[in-house]
Amino acid sequence: MGTTDILIKFGLIVIIFLVSLLIAMYSTYAERKIAAFLQDRVGPNRAGPFGILQPLADGAKMFMKEEIIPSTSNGFLFIVGPSLAIMTACIGSAVIPWGETLVIGGHRIPLQVTDINVGVLYIFGVVSLGVYGIMIGGWASNNKYSLLGAIRAASQNISYEIAMGLSIIALLMTTGTLSLKEIAAQQHGWHWNVVYQPLGFLIFIVCAFAETNRAPFDLPECETELIGGYHTEYSSMKLGFYLFAEYINMFISSAVMATLYFGGYNFPFMHSLGLGENWVTILGVIALFIKIFFFIFFFMWVRWTLPRFRYDQLMDLGWKTLIPLAIANIVITGIVMTFIK
Amino acid sequence: MESLTGKRKIIESKPLNFWERIYLPAILRGLSITLKHFFRKDVTIRYPEQKREFSENFRGMHSLKRDEHGRERCTACGLCALSCPAEAITMISAERQPGEENLYREEKYAAVYEINMLRCIFCGLCEEACPKEAIYLDGDIVPSDYLRKDFIYGKDKLVEAPLNQ
Repeated sequence: MGTTDILIKFGLIVIIFLVSLLIAMYSTYAERKIAAFLQDRVGPNRAGPFGILQPLADGAKMFMKEEIIPSTSNGFLFIVGPSLAIMTACIGSAVIPWGETLVIGGHRIPLQVTDINVGVLYIFGVVSLGVYGIMIGGWASNNKYSLLGAIRAASQNISYEIAMGLSIIALLMTTGTLSLKEIAAQQHGWHWNVVYQPLGFLIFIVCAFAETNRAPFDLPECETELIGGYHTEYSSMKLGFYLFAEYINMFISSAVMATLYFGGYNFPFMHSLGLGENWVTILGVIALFIKIFFFIFFFMWVRWTLPRFRYDQLMDLGWKTLIPLAIANIVITGIVMTFIK
Repeated sequence: MESLTGKRKIIESKPLNFWERIYLPAILRGLSITLKHFFRKDVTIRYPEQKREFSENFRGMHSLKRDEHGRERCTACGLCALSCPAEAITMISAERQPGEENLYREEKYAAVYEINMLRCIFCGLCEEACPKEAIYLDGDIVPSDYLRKDFIYGKDKLVEAPLNQ
């Protein structure tokens, strides 16, 4: 690998990092606007035209706030918690194929930071690490509400990871690969996996809601019972990191859903339009981002529609409904594949 | 047993059927309801730029009136301060000097006239008590401010603008 290749990869990493931060920033704005529209309100509209500078104002506020570290907390772990949360949220984007290849000055640049052959497993590993940020932060706060929130987060994530993994297995049976790049490439044009795996997609999206701690599964931070849950004791930018991590997680899981089930960067008739390779790639990236934005909108739409689950209902849904469904999905997929081949 | 109030209702709770148990139809219905609201026009009045239309008898900020020659009508009789249930009005009277006939209508006038807008309850009793038709609550909403002292409005803010000569 030459110096140019390393520079190209580095540039790609920086761009993806900045884009995910920007999207997370504007997700907070979008969340407030969408919440307002769904409730017949106006939403933030004072900072800049239509309030588009609101995220900057919120960020400035977060930086200016006093940083409080409780005297009874474990100081080191208290800082590690939010750092881990945002780090694990960011590194998930490394294996997502954002597009096909760009050709610039004879260099073929694949729009993916790294194509590892166990991409799906990598995503799973990173997602499972994410719970440590919450767990450590909640425990280090030395506050019973934080601890309760952290325990909820941990048990919820572990329960739903099983169903998520099982729903992915059925997908992997049809695709035959763990590499996200190949999975995306196989869904060329209209052959999106959601058509072949509708039940798997349903299970996956429910689990994605639970994994990102979003409503209706936002029990780790439910304001009404736990006063904010695991981030009760956090203030200033550490709180900002936790909130940011949630939005980045939402972005990454939307990207994963779009890649696994909705064809990633593929769009219909992409090679019959007669456009150049670069144009197809750029349109593909736009198509992927449209899908991602739709999923982010869907996350918010659901949040402002559904009430929160009770904890026993959450566990019932995870263990008694989603896991058997996912196993049934695997069996059905297996039977269908045997008969078709 | 008959209940004491006779309002007791027996609610029958059937077990959920299959479609209710899988939640999805209910979730889709909820999503469609919220989506309808997404495209509904909001009813918000964007306050500082837009203002709600007030009724004719809306009682807003006070103004001290002038007569047709541009002289202050107030004679500092103190009836408004007396009638004020919130004790928001204070005044210091002064005697009109020769040569000031074009400024004050009566021989006695209010040298200082202050209304504490934080105390005022906008009941309009001062306006009813005034024998000289000198005070009316016909202004706008009292604007917000940062300091308590800035809510004590003196004559500079209360007296009507002088007539254009």
